[in-house]
Amino acid sequence: MSENRIFDEMWGRDETLRPPYERFHDWFQDEDPGRLRRKAREAEDLFRLTGITFNVYGQQDAAERLIPFDIIPRVIAAREWSKLARGIEQRVRAINAFLHDIYHRQEIIRAGRVPAEMIARNVAFLPEMIGVDPPGGVYTHIVGTDLVRTGDDEFYVLEDNARTPSGVSYMLENRETMLNMFPELFIKTRVRPVSSYPSMLHRSLCACAPSCAGQTPVVGVLTPGSYNSAYYEHSFLADKMGVELVEGHDLRVVDGRVAMRTTRGYQPIDVLYRRIDDDWIDPLNFKPESALGVPGIMDVYRAGRITLANAPGTGIADDKAIYSYMPDIVEFYTGEKAILKNVPTWRCSDPSSLSYVLDNLAELVVKEVHGSGGYGMLIGPTSSRKELEEFRAKLVARPGNYIAQPTLALSTVPIFTKAGLAPRHVDLRPFVLVSPEGVTITPGGLTRVALKKGSLVVNSSQGGGTKDTWVLEE
Amino acid sequence: MTLLGKTAGGLYWMFRYLERSENVARMVEVGQRIALTRSEIDSDWASVLQAAGMHKGYAEKYDEVTRDDAVDWMLRDRDNPSSVLSVIQAARDNARIVRTALTREVWEAVNEALIVLKKAMARRVSDRDLPDLLRTIRQRGAFVRGATHGTMLRNDIYDFCRLGMFCERADSTARILDVKYFVLLPSSSAVGSRLDELQWETILRSVSSEGAYQMNYGQQLRPREIAQFLIHDRTMPRSLAFCTHKLCENLDYLAQDYEQRLPSHAIVEELNQKLLTRPIDKIFATGLHEFLQEFQGCIARLNAQIEVDYRYYR
Repeated sequence: MSENRIFDEMWGRDETLRPPYERFHDWFQDEDPGRLRRKAREAEDLFRLTGITFNVYGQQDAAERLIPFDIIPRVIAAREWSKLARGIEQRVRAINAFLHDIYHRQEIIRAGRVPAEMIARNVAFLPEMIGVDPPGGVYTHIVGTDLVRTGDDEFYVLEDNARTPSGVSYMLENRETMLNMFPELFIKTRVRPVSSYPSMLHRSLCACAPSCAGQTPVVGVLTPGSYNSAYYEHSFLADKMGVELVEGHDLRVVDGRVAMRTTRGYQPIDVLYRRIDDDWIDPLNFKPESALGVPGIMDVYRAGRITLANAPGTGIADDKAIYSYMPDIVEFYTGEKAILKNVPTWRCSDPSSLSYVLDNLAELVVKEVHGSGGYGMLIGPTSSRKELEEFRAKLVARPGNYIAQPTLALSTVPIFTKAGLAPRHVDLRPFVLVSPEGVTITPGGLTRVALKKGSLVVNSSQGGGTKDTWVLEE
Repeated sequence: MTLLGKTAGGLYWMFRYLERSENVARMVEVGQRIALTRSEIDSDWASVLQAAGMHKGYAEKYDEVTRDDAVDWMLRDRDNPSSVLSVIQAARDNARIVRTALTREVWEAVNEALIVLKKAMARRVSDRDLPDLLRTIRQRGAFVRGATHGTMLRNDIYDFCRLGMFCERADSTARILDVKYFVLLPSSSAVGSRLDELQWETILRSVSSEGAYQMNYGQQLRPREIAQFLIHDRTMPRSLAFCTHKLCENLDYLAQDYEQRLPSHAIVEELNQKLLTRPIDKIFATGLHEFLQEFQGCIARLNAQIEVDYRYYR
């Protein structure tokens, strides 16, 4: 197999149109580029009108920005998807089993598959969760598994976002926008729908309600507030699920339950889909300065009288240092080989790995163990000598803070530019729901695309855009 | 259905701010009209600022009152918390917080209002562009009101929207009357000079009702009738009686809905039963200014009590 050329999901490696794109291509060829350009501008106006914006930290003027949307869909064949879905489900089940084990008997450590210090010394490990049984036995109600593709049948898991993955509102709005702009495309091509996500999320959260909940559990979405970068999504999900959007100051503990302040007094909440990090959720139990959380909520949680989704302490499963053990973790709990590949990872805490990483810095991607959003990361091949040297110093100073991976040749999908189609690198974040009723994966997910030619950084905070993602019907 | 106290507060303020944006735009229109038709009255921006309740803030920023500065202060100065741009932004920020309680139509109308008006007021507004801009502000307000009227359920959410809107409107009409109350006093002139007539007309224009007055009272402007119209006339949607009646009505719906009467109900009752049943001649006899002060005080108390009763903040 030739590794020299980047794999393009529309054109393969040799400029031959791949089957999943055939119908789209037929349509595209007959379209007037002027009309498409106009449509692309319309899409932007539509997003602005709907208020689908995100806030960028540290940028004063652009308080609310749009994530650029590209009108060329990313298409995945039914066969490709079914394998991905199996792999994701396997991995998510393993993660939940791992979390239960880590906060109970720690069999995996006893078995010597994960070293004890990886857990005990990890800041993502939450001692408050030891021995706690989350309602319904679910730790990660919502997971966003980040995947990248490097070839026809080669998918890697880049990250398991098991804390508070975001982006699902873009998946839904991107599809709505495409349906509005190009209805004829969806008549020609049978694309699996995604619009039931909010009702499935609601159902999934209700299925995990604590035993004190009534027939219809009361669900709330907990947001840090309207200045948070993902506020639009929080309000979108609350709206679509028909539940309340609450902030910490709307909540307090009343009679051993978490309750929200309504116009008629305090009313108990059963399930809280919280979009606040563990550290901030309870000033009495964690950061005392937190004004975002609810004092005493952890005590209610430990008493089994509220469901938090995701459970506190799930960060230990998507930690970048733990990531390298994922193939073992999957095998340990499922008894099967992992279906999805892991990217080979060097843990810089290990001296021999560190010396390899330092010797090959210009070829590697180096990430902070606890970083996210593309911040604090080094992409060797595209960095200047100065940047490499600066990063080298950081690595030597705190090796345990970093992991390194080979720079993958991420697949490309064309985007629509003034000059026509142009390939850009993409990743994929499918959204997974876990409840006692089972694991549900919405077909497709959020495709993020690096808009700059050659760039491998797809994060919206770093100028990435998004695409509608199609999974074709069989 | 549950409604968060915070959401009730957000809805209330969203609609107060929207109402204010239109009131302020209307005051600018009045000021501009006086300036253009000036005749006897020299352009009277100082009293326009006063009627809009913005003279103090203006005086802190500017030494003298000029047309350009006054218009800028009222329309687009972010230092003025009640400028049209500030209140549209505030209305939209509140809408964003209470978005789950709004229909898509209402949200889009208010979001688009901000997008459009921000663009239209990116720079100082020239005399030539002013009429178009004022029309746009009025129109955008009407879109939100129309979307609200046409798409929102008539439940507690709607009641809080209406409470915000009518508290603001009652307050605004009372202030406009209070700033000009002396030109309505019988002692000033029995027949009414040309100057008086212009002043009276200005009052009516400030509440967009010169035509409505004529429909109810004929061509002749008379101060007693003007006061009667703006205070007591139940057919006039900006009169004190109309606004109070609506406040009463919406608080009643809430009381029925929640099966609970609260202290704010007593305040609005007092307004309705005691203050607004006073005949106009008695109001003139005991003092129009005193009456208007009492009314404004009552509205402020009502406002504060609703906030407590329905747990906006605590």
